[in-house]
Amino acid sequence: MKLQEIIDSLSLKVETPTADLDREVKGAYVSDMLSDVMGNAKDGSVWITLQIHLNIIAVASLKGLAGIILINNRVPAEDTLKKALEENIPIMSSPLPAFELVGRLYSLGLRCR
Amino acid sequence: MGSTEGVFFLTGKDFKNAGAASSSLKGILEGMGIPAAIIRRVAIASFEAEMNTIIYAVAGMINYCITSEMIRIRIQDMGPGIENIELAMKEGYSTAPDYIREMGFGSGMGLPNIKRNADTLTVNSVIGEGTTVEFIISLSLGE
Repeated sequence: MKLQEIIDSLSLKVETPTADLDREVKGAYVSDMLSDVMGNAKDGSVWITLQIHLNIIAVASLKGLAGIILINNRVPAEDTLKKALEENIPIMSSPLPAFELVGRLYSLGLRCR
Repeated sequence: MGSTEGVFFLTGKDFKNAGAASSSLKGILEGMGIPAAIIRRVAIASFEAEMNTIIYAVAGMINYCITSEMIRIRIQDMGPGIENIELAMKEGYSTAPDYIREMGFGSGMGLPNIKRNADTLTVNSVIGEGTTVEFIISLSLGE
């Protein structure tokens, strides 16, 4: 599934308009612990989290994640956005809490792989 | 046989640059044409070790040595040292303070993640002096 399709289906707000949104999303992973994501998320997954600080970009980049979706309308820190654009990591946000957002992603057919 | 070696320097609590050394290392490995699956393992292990230094130590350095047979990474820090290495290797055990945990670190998965992704791991620590973590990821196929 393309990231853009997920953005459209769930009306996600794109925080990084210039990042490439035409990428394939192979799965999804939800966690707020960075080492959990490092250890257990699969590459090509979209990552659902409440963390907004700079270090989430390093995790997404090192793990080859397809993008980051922030829950509860959380707004990424300014340096996070800057780094995201440098590393071409799309950041989206949703007003939904994690449980609701993950349920919708699951309904779209995404799995943890 | 040739080898590629280098070093990155880390500053404790420098969260702005946290992960930069591991990203650079990943770029070097990609440039050398190392298989993606191996790079993924190196990136995870090196990021965890890098973060441990940033979170716990005053400063540290990452030495890497890449040969045709293996990638060896040694992270030396000037930190508080690990009191009980066996406990630190246990998934879920962490001594991180609350503000670190709120950032999503300190889940007690750092050293376990390194162990899981490395072929060999050695941890040496002296209380009040620092910790040295060395791991090797083999490049030879068919193991």
